[in-house]
Amino acid sequence: MFESLSERLERSFKILKGEGKITEINVAETLKDVRKALLDADVNFKTAKTFTETVKEKALGQQVLTALKPNQLMVKIVHDELAALMGGSSVDINLKGSPAVVLMSGLQGSGKTTFSGKLANFIKTKRGKRPLLVACDVYRPAAIEQLRVLGEQLAIPVYAEEGNNNPVKIAENAVKHAKQQGFDVVIVDTAGRLAVDEVMMTEIAAIKKALSPQEILFVVDSMTGQDAVNTAREFNERLDFDGVVLTKLDGDTRGGAALSIRSVVNKPIKFVGTGEKMDALDVFHPERMADRILGMGDIVSLVERAQEQFDEEEARRLSKKIAKNQFDFNDFVSQIQQVKKMGNLKDLASMIPGMGKALKDVEIDNDAFKGVEAIIASMTPAERSNPALINGSRKQRIAKGSGTTVVEVNRLLKQFDQMSKMMRMATTGKFGKKRRG
Amino acid sequence: MGLFNLFNKEKKEVLDQGLSKTKESVFSKLTRAVAGKSKIDDEVLDNLEEVLITSDVGVETTLRIIERIQKRVSRDKYLNADELNSILRDEISELLLENNSSTTSDFSDPLQETPYVIMVVGVNGVGKTTTIGKLAHQFSKAGKKVFLGAADTFRAAAVEQLVVWGERTQANVIKQKMGADPASVAYDTVSSAKANGADVVIIDTAGRLHNKVNLMNELTKIKNVIQKVVPNAPHEVLLVLDGSTGQNAFEQAKQFTKATDVSALAITKLDGTAKGGVVIGISDQFKIPVKYIGLGEGMDHLQVFDRKNFVNSLFEQ
Ligand SMILES: Nc1nc2c(ncn2[C@@H]2O[C@H](COP(=O)(O)OP(=O)(O)OP(=O)(O)O)[C@@H](O)[C@H]2O)c(=O)[nH]1
Ligand SMILES: Nc1nc2c(ncn2[C@@H]2O[C@H](COP(=O)(O)OP(=O)(O)OP(=O)(O)O)[C@@H](O)[C@H]2O)c(=O)[nH]1
Ligand SMILES: [Mg+2]
Ligand SMILES: [Mg+2]
Repeated sequence: MFESLSERLERSFKILKGEGKITEINVAETLKDVRKALLDADVNFKTAKTFTETVKEKALGQQVLTALKPNQLMVKIVHDELAALMGGSSVDINLKGSPAVVLMSGLQGSGKTTFSGKLANFIKTKRGKRPLLVACDVYRPAAIEQLRVLGEQLAIPVYAEEGNNNPVKIAENAVKHAKQQGFDVVIVDTAGRLAVDEVMMTEIAAIKKALSPQEILFVVDSMTGQDAVNTAREFNERLDFDGVVLTKLDGDTRGGAALSIRSVVNKPIKFVGTGEKMDALDVFHPERMADRILGMGDIVSLVERAQEQFDEEEARRLSKKIAKNQFDFNDFVSQIQQVKKMGNLKDLASMIPGMGKALKDVEIDNDAFKGVEAIIASMTPAERSNPALINGSRKQRIAKGSGTTVVEVNRLLKQFDQMSKMMRMATTGKFGKKRRG
Repeated sequence: MGLFNLFNKEKKEVLDQGLSKTKESVFSKLTRAVAGKSKIDDEVLDNLEEVLITSDVGVETTLRIIERIQKRVSRDKYLNADELNSILRDEISELLLENNSSTTSDFSDPLQETPYVIMVVGVNGVGKTTTIGKLAHQFSKAGKKVFLGAADTFRAAAVEQLVVWGERTQANVIKQKMGADPASVAYDTVSSAKANGADVVIIDTAGRLHNKVNLMNELTKIKNVIQKVVPNAPHEVLLVLDGSTGQNAFEQAKQFTKATDVSALAITKLDGTAKGGVVIGISDQFKIPVKYIGLGEGMDHLQVFDRKNFVNSLFEQ
């Protein structure tokens, strides 16, 4: 256990020390990784490019004040930027109007009909309003029946006109019907359509014109690839929709389409679909989505924990003491405490890219510091601040007090000696770069 | 002449139409990339990378293609835009062809055994039921007796949807109540098809996300039950992938293969703006041939996949 202690601490110290600030060089690799992560997540090529550029601009020259490496901080910056871009202030669905009209739009199979049912259920149960579902998909086999079944399950009325194949007329009639019957919200389900299908796009534009909906939602499959931008742009140009619904997030897709769409049309993501059942609807969480897209959640949480826990002042104080060769056992303990505060050692190590593997053979024991702390606790305050005092009889007393042996006490003293030398070298620049700031 | 011979002019036009969006953008970009250049430089490769990534080919496969092109160029010393285009076409076709023998199946070909059972699987909304309708149409047209099994007993009106397709294509639909055990529906369908001397059986299954273990196990069960009636069945397990899906399609291919030994792929919705580049990546990575592509919602909008033609259509000017 003792053999690896100095190695462990050396590593932790390196992490704690950081590498100054973010420069072109120390983040080039990280930016590459981030870009690849975004592309693997289906973020659009151009979006990924501009996004990483922007982030780089923002990050360059930023001081790495905390207990981190620049590349780790970089990932965190990317994450926060992602979340900010997708989030902004959350916008609620607009249900003002009597009745309020909500129009669904999107590609084939994206989940419009299912979401229509979910939304109706949400409006009924969570908002206490009376929704009416309207079946305007006159093309897909059994589309009307599908909506009817959902309405039945939810005990929510469905308006349909068997035999009428004009969706604009059906929609108009439905709104009339809703007014007469005192429905609060009309949810119009439409057929799936391709953005390049001129006839179908004209049709949905006509529905919009006829109804002037309070809310037009663009329903998109979260597994969509690079094409998401084209589709979103086209639908937005034709409909100027109000919000996006991201479906099938219960899968394992990274969902980069969310970012692409946001960056192209700048419309809020209002809901997500998380299952086939009628209650599988959620509001959008930008933070979670950012984690998901980036796929580097481990690093992000490492950074957050480090930022939370690491005491900048304490680090400064220590590094001064080290430089003046005044590093003592009190500092040693405080150093251990810092490391421990950052959480489970093994967790911590495995969260650092490359580190997990490097440390694989080095058995990290979470109780690694127990013996050490016990030994130090058995020292007198004088011994702690001046380790040179510790002679043979003192060693025996300390060993007895800490339930260890003199051999172990000796080992710690030797380790400590090596460590303080090493630290001094590190901080005075004899190896590695001198710490700035 | 096969029904789906893609060299048939009429068919080729449909494919071209479907892929025309792709063609234009890939081409204009590549042409721009090589304009006025006498050799392949980083800028050309960067542009090529953009073209491939934006077609959903994926980072890994894109890097592989670029590597191959670089090797080829350093060997053959090109180049003008035309030559680059043909090299690119070659290299991509090769990726697509490498894993598979390119047997173009014909719907009027005699079947290896009757009833010939096809089980159709895939995530939600990719176009399974529609593809089944299209296949039923082709087999019926070729004079085959077709049975469809409505084993999606979960999604609202899934059975009714299949029934409509059955009516359109003169296929028998075997069904039970909504919520019934899908394996039992599959069993009924294959038994009934066998008893009635059917040529082809196609089993529709509910859409399911590949990360849901129980639902994936259910598929394995359906497959095993079918085997009880016809030991060699299913003769084909067709995984339907949505052509606009991004990199998640790889995971879909992987997980569905694990649960059901997928034997062929169908890529749908290639009539949209999605590039369908996912086909290249998946064909490259999995040893499963792409068999059909969907180019619309009508019953005629299905084609047997032909790699050469696909790549040609992608890069034709
Ligand atoms: N797992 C999962 N499945 C979903 C979700 N939303 C929809 N689905 C499924 O996706 C498939 C397609 O959903 P639909 O609601 O029929 O899609 P649509 O957009 O109305 O389709 P078209 O009308 O044909 O364009 C169905 O199997 C739904 O059950 C979701 O959030 N999670
Ligand atoms: N444009 C276009 N639409 C297609 C194609 N194939 C299927 N669709 C449409 O996609 C939507 C979903 O198709 P389905 O066949 O219901 O999909 P599914 O996989 O059976 O869906 P679930 O059973 O709900 O999982 C429907 O609106 C189809 O008309 C295609 O090749 N092109
Ligand atoms: Mg629908
Ligand atoms: Mg289906």
